[in-house]
Amino acid sequence: MAVDQQGEKKVWQRFDKKKQRLHWAGWFTGTAIFVYCFQLISEKTFWMFVWDSPNQVGDLAYRMIPPTWGYFDKIWEPLWDTINIATLGTVLAIFIAFPTAFLAARNTSPSVIFMRPFALLVIVSSRSINSIIWALLLVAIVGPGLFAGIIAIGLRSIGFVAKLLYEAIEEIDHNQVEAIQATGAGQLQVLAYGIVPQILPAFAGISVYRWDINIRESTVLGLVGAGGIGLQLNASIMELAWSKVSLILIAIIITVIFSEWISAKVRHAII
Amino acid sequence: MKKILRNQQQRQVDTNMTNLSLAPRTWKRKSFIENQTVRYSICAGVILYLFLSFNTLEINWIRVWEGLPRGQKFLAGFAPPDFISRWEEIVDGVLESLWMTVASTVVGIFISIPVALGAARNIAHPSVYYFCRGIIAISRSFHEILLAIFFVKFFGFGPFAGFVTLSFATIGFFAKLLTEDIEDTSVSQSEAIQATGANWWQWINYGIQPQVMPRMIGLGLYRFDINFRESAIVGVVGGGGIGATLNTAFDRYEFDSAAAILIVIIAIVFFVEYTSGIVRKQVQ
Repeated sequence: MAVDQQGEKKVWQRFDKKKQRLHWAGWFTGTAIFVYCFQLISEKTFWMFVWDSPNQVGDLAYRMIPPTWGYFDKIWEPLWDTINIATLGTVLAIFIAFPTAFLAARNTSPSVIFMRPFALLVIVSSRSINSIIWALLLVAIVGPGLFAGIIAIGLRSIGFVAKLLYEAIEEIDHNQVEAIQATGAGQLQVLAYGIVPQILPAFAGISVYRWDINIRESTVLGLVGAGGIGLQLNASIMELAWSKVSLILIAIIITVIFSEWISAKVRHAII
Repeated sequence: MKKILRNQQQRQVDTNMTNLSLAPRTWKRKSFIENQTVRYSICAGVILYLFLSFNTLEINWIRVWEGLPRGQKFLAGFAPPDFISRWEEIVDGVLESLWMTVASTVVGIFISIPVALGAARNIAHPSVYYFCRGIIAISRSFHEILLAIFFVKFFGFGPFAGFVTLSFATIGFFAKLLTEDIEDTSVSQSEAIQATGANWWQWINYGIQPQVMPRMIGLGLYRFDINFRESAIVGVVGGGGIGATLNTAFDRYEFDSAAAILIVIIAIVFFVEYTSGIVRKQVQ
């Protein structure tokens, strides 16, 4: 706490002079960096188009409202496909992420020098590349369709699930592990009875959370040809049928909010 | 506790009943879902779902099979990564992505703060509450790429559309987590500030802000990290940044350059994540 002397009066200040100056310098540098970055962006922008955007928004809103409600019949199937992509992709990811997490965790990795960096590399590459880019690659390899979408979602989710899971493994209570070891259990038994029960709630929570994220991601995979509602969306955008687009967007919002609600409920029930 | 005890007694009785012949009793691990009916119905539901989903999957296995050798050739096209021939474009793209990331994180966070204050149940009036919750829900429901398609249409091609997209996506993420944090703040501290006769601004600034600040810095860094990753895809639909470079490389079938770009993205993400992890540890 610092006190600022203003003539006779003493005024309370949250920070002393030195800290205030430091904060001020920090804000100044931050603002300068931001202004510089924005400047560079604005150099590459056609401001004419940006000023025209209210017209564009108005035009688009005019075309999008009202949505073609009749189109609803045609999007049940793609919606079902979308949910399948997310769910099966998550299942696929879980199967690969589970062992990967054990390889990556410092306390369970069979070899900290060789296996751990390898597992971490798998996790980082999977996390850094967006599912859209995975889908872009996979559509070229296995052809357009649901299968590419499932694999793309799976590959993207491995890193997420494995990262959170290995952090959970590293935070387990060691006493329980030692108790199991003291009974003369082998390494696999220690794993099955000492470690897995401790991380199971976290694991279930992480999986459901990722499933919820995957629903959102799988709605756009169709834009690059990997199946699901994105295909319909892309087709509608291509034929400039904006009233269909708005209907699809409504369907996406409902699905995403619904899945988020389910995942929140399940996670509450577990934890 | 009582319930557990009763369960244990029940189990004891059960084992006694079934083991009248003095056969050795074996211990069984408690299962994750204790209620048997719930457990079995969940299993049945999962099997039913898998059956239904596989029935409607329509995977063209012939196409997949035919695709594998082509996939191999395709993957072979990635190696070795070619950093040299498109190096200038890669550097340009990465820098553009970085500008977009910095600008959008800053703007996104600045907009998130009032939204989060409005969406926190312990601060906001109900009418504001539902409005701000609505903003968060909309921003969270749409994937960045969907937003980017619309913003590219509104603002034209280039990094500005990407910047707006990422800013908007940041609001959903940041405001939601910040809201939860504000709702979790201790009431006694904010009441103490109110008791001194502080007005609304002073209350927020001295009662709430110091409580949420450390986590906010951590979240901001985390979002920076996410925004960089997302800036790699808004380019695919015309939002500028490294994604645009990547998309061009794909369109020209220059897979070796694409591989180089992917490696650059992974390296930068790794670096940003590592440094932001260190900073977050220092702050918290």
